[in-house]
Amino acid sequence: MENASLLVIMVSAILVNNFVLSRFLGICPFLGVSKQVETAFGMGMAVTFVMTLSGILTYFVHYKLLVPNGLEFLQTAAFILVIASLVQFVEIVLQKMSPTLYQALGVFLPLITTNCAVLGLALLNIQYEFGLLQTIVHSFFAAIGFSLAIVLFAGIREKLEISDVPLPFKGFPIALITASLMSIAFLGFTGLV
Amino acid sequence: MNIKNLTNGILKENPTFVQLLGMCPTLAVTTSAVNGIGMGLATTAVLVLSNLAISLLRNFIPSKVRIPAFIVVIASFVTMVGMIMEAYTPDLYKALGLFIPLIVVNCIILARAEAFASKNGLVDSVFDGIGMGLGFTMSLTILGSVRELFGNGSIFNVSILGASYKPALIMILPPGAFLALGLLLALYNYFQIRRAN
Repeated sequence: MENASLLVIMVSAILVNNFVLSRFLGICPFLGVSKQVETAFGMGMAVTFVMTLSGILTYFVHYKLLVPNGLEFLQTAAFILVIASLVQFVEIVLQKMSPTLYQALGVFLPLITTNCAVLGLALLNIQYEFGLLQTIVHSFFAAIGFSLAIVLFAGIREKLEISDVPLPFKGFPIALITASLMSIAFLGFTGLV
Repeated sequence: MNIKNLTNGILKENPTFVQLLGMCPTLAVTTSAVNGIGMGLATTAVLVLSNLAISLLRNFIPSKVRIPAFIVVIASFVTMVGMIMEAYTPDLYKALGLFIPLIVVNCIILARAEAFASKNGLVDSVFDGIGMGLGFTMSLTILGSVRELFGNGSIFNVSILGASYKPALIMILPPGAFLALGLLLALYNYFQIRRAN
């Protein structure tokens, strides 16, 4: 995987190894913030923003800070701290610089710290031994894959709201079964790369 | 009091089936019963240790920086548990892979730290951790067993359905995770509704 071309990384991150539907990363926001297309889109954008930045930042933390000092075992703790402070930082900067963007993404930002997609992505980038450019591409398009899944899912759930679902299946069960069908659809992309 | 803390997490406030917390590992690693129980126990260990540490530190951590402080405590225990698993159960460590470091962002642990351990005494917090952990382990084992049974015809690697059973591979592929959990939740709801009537 370390020499994979950027196009392959891109297609694989969006479709084949979709973060939500095949890697199971970021399930909490996927189930929690997907009742309306609009909020799902907002969440998707906020995640894209944070994931791309944190992907780049953790790359530097790992290769410039942890590896030279022989501190790889601190990876998990260091990454989660970087992500938590990044989210706080982004929140403050957005609030000052772009109130409109802050209003759109603001409510989702604190939730992102415990979104396992962000930490999972940072760890995967290191595991695959990606270079800087590959890291950026992988981070950005993995987040796009997440956004795609959550927006599509929200579209289906909006329709589910008004349909007649058997009582025990109301709410989460039917949502999970919908996700299962979506996952089957995404399984069709296997072998694309 | 302690007994109630213990049983609370197993049934009434089961983290998976009632609170729907920690969905990522629940769905991702339950391809077999062994993986489910392994993940569950690893999470339990972290949960008990972090509840213990946070309960001890609760009067020293300023409330403004409590979340980052909790995360650092949790991350240290996750790193320790990961190292122990790598040394003593290398196969399980490989099978669970990425999801061992991701225990850090498992909402159950942070939720218990914030909602329980930071407000309660040492013994209660430890019991709460054990209860919640066992509830999580139980759900993961059930889900893992169901998926392994239909996807591989066995439970805990013991063949149940015999050689003539043609395994439904879909159950151990990603869609099967969503499907199995959805159906189990519906079943749980069904019994809750019936009991309420």
